[in-house]
Amino acid sequence: MKLLIIAGPPSSGKTALAKQIIKNLGYCLKISFLKIDVVKAFEDEELKKEFNIETMKVYSGDLCPDHAEVMVLGDAVSWAENLKSDLLIVESAGLCLRCSPYLNQGLGIVVLDAISGIHAPAKMGPMVSLADIAVVTKIDLVSQAEREVFRQKIFEINPEIQMFETNALYGTSLQFLYRKILMSDPINPETLKLKGVPPIGTCTICVGRKEIGWKHHFGIVKKLDQCSEYLYRGE
Amino acid sequence: MSITITVFPGKDKANLKENFKPITFISGESVSIVGPTGSGKTAFINDIELLAQGDTVTGRTVMINGQYPSDEYRHNPAVKPIVMITQNTKCFTDLTVEEFILTHARARKKEGPKIAALTIEMANLFTGEKISEKMRVTSLSGGQTRALMIADAITVGAAPIILLDEVENAGIFKHKVIEVIKNTDKIIIFVTHDPVIALLTDKRIVMKNGAVKKVINQSKKELWAAKVLIDLDQKMGMIREELRRGNIISEEILGIIGLEAGVVTSAEVV
Repeated sequence: MKLLIIAGPPSSGKTALAKQIIKNLGYCLKISFLKIDVVKAFEDEELKKEFNIETMKVYSGDLCPDHAEVMVLGDAVSWAENLKSDLLIVESAGLCLRCSPYLNQGLGIVVLDAISGIHAPAKMGPMVSLADIAVVTKIDLVSQAEREVFRQKIFEINPEIQMFETNALYGTSLQFLYRKILMSDPINPETLKLKGVPPIGTCTICVGRKEIGWKHHFGIVKKLDQCSEYLYRGE
Repeated sequence: MSITITVFPGKDKANLKENFKPITFISGESVSIVGPTGSGKTAFINDIELLAQGDTVTGRTVMINGQYPSDEYRHNPAVKPIVMITQNTKCFTDLTVEEFILTHARARKKEGPKIAALTIEMANLFTGEKISEKMRVTSLSGGQTRALMIADAITVGAAPIILLDEVENAGIFKHKVIEVIKNTDKIIIFVTHDPVIALLTDKRIVMKNGAVKKVINQSKKELWAAKVLIDLDQKMGMIREELRRGNIISEEILGIIGLEAGVVTSAEVV
């Protein structure tokens, strides 16, 4: 079974992209779809109705959606394999932009929209730098020059990334992407691992304290003027 | 470098197959795309820009030099032989004019020490409001954005195929633009509502309901009409500039420009 993880900020066009992939590969692959979101999501029902494929969703609630993905993905892979799926598509909620949900196998796609601002790719950190593929959507709203400037900015963050630019509502110019998916290697569920290192969650904010200011907290905390670049960096 | 582009039929808005013989454009040729709003003019040049392979809204296929384009040709701007100036008069990119041009030059692998200065200098030919390198792209007016995009397409894009979507809009000096890009060995395709541009191009493609309806070659008769219209257009342009400067258009000014007030006097109009 092949695996595709789609990440990206809200409303960037992740579901529109998933629809195009299902529409164009559904004839030769049996596809299952998992949506991970925080509070509400309708994508699974939409896709089930439109393409008659198996779908599932999970709400992470007060847990970080990417942490939630790590917890449930093993089960999701078994679920899709039991259905004899050829391709499992996982659409993440992609919120805090500190984690990246991509795995050491399958393909990781980041969806960015062309009008989200030139610094958006840099601000999105590992969601861009660890992705295999970037799909830039809403290109019909910007000029060719601006599109190419945006593209260049993404390359400067991740020179290895494969980039596709599309109007995801119509799925323009995505043939090469479909071929990439078809040619991608099947996964081995026993050796699936996160590509990136997620931020740790061991401070008092994590356990529920809402007070503002360092004096209310202990664990990994620093005063504002002690913060160099990051409050905390792991490995 | 001589180049050809061939467009093969797709489907119209009613999903019916288009009925035209494949159209080939050759280096040095100018083309206009005409038709009512919503007739598919922009979609036609979008197909060329994306080197469509049946994977756009229209289902058309585009060949380059008689061959299907490689994925590299389709997706890498550094080798893409096409520049397109869209109707966008807004930029979302929060960079200075200089940074914008330099970043685009990196994407197109056209870096050079003077590229930003050259581009800005050319853009200032096209617009009455001066652009400088430290301005932010997001704060440019519609006309400035348009002028910058056109200059950028010519200097940074520097491609053998230029697509222009309604260049006459946004109050830039369209004659200057046409002057700069005509008489080159490029393929130039205009989407236009402007009769002068439509008459001056070698080929005219007429669109209706998403489909190519007619391909008309330029005739001598029409060239004559174009001459008359260019004259009229220049006079209109002068009046436009007077109005923009806040001047009052008097019969004298009309007389100087060479426009007859005719039998109607200003008193009668009032």
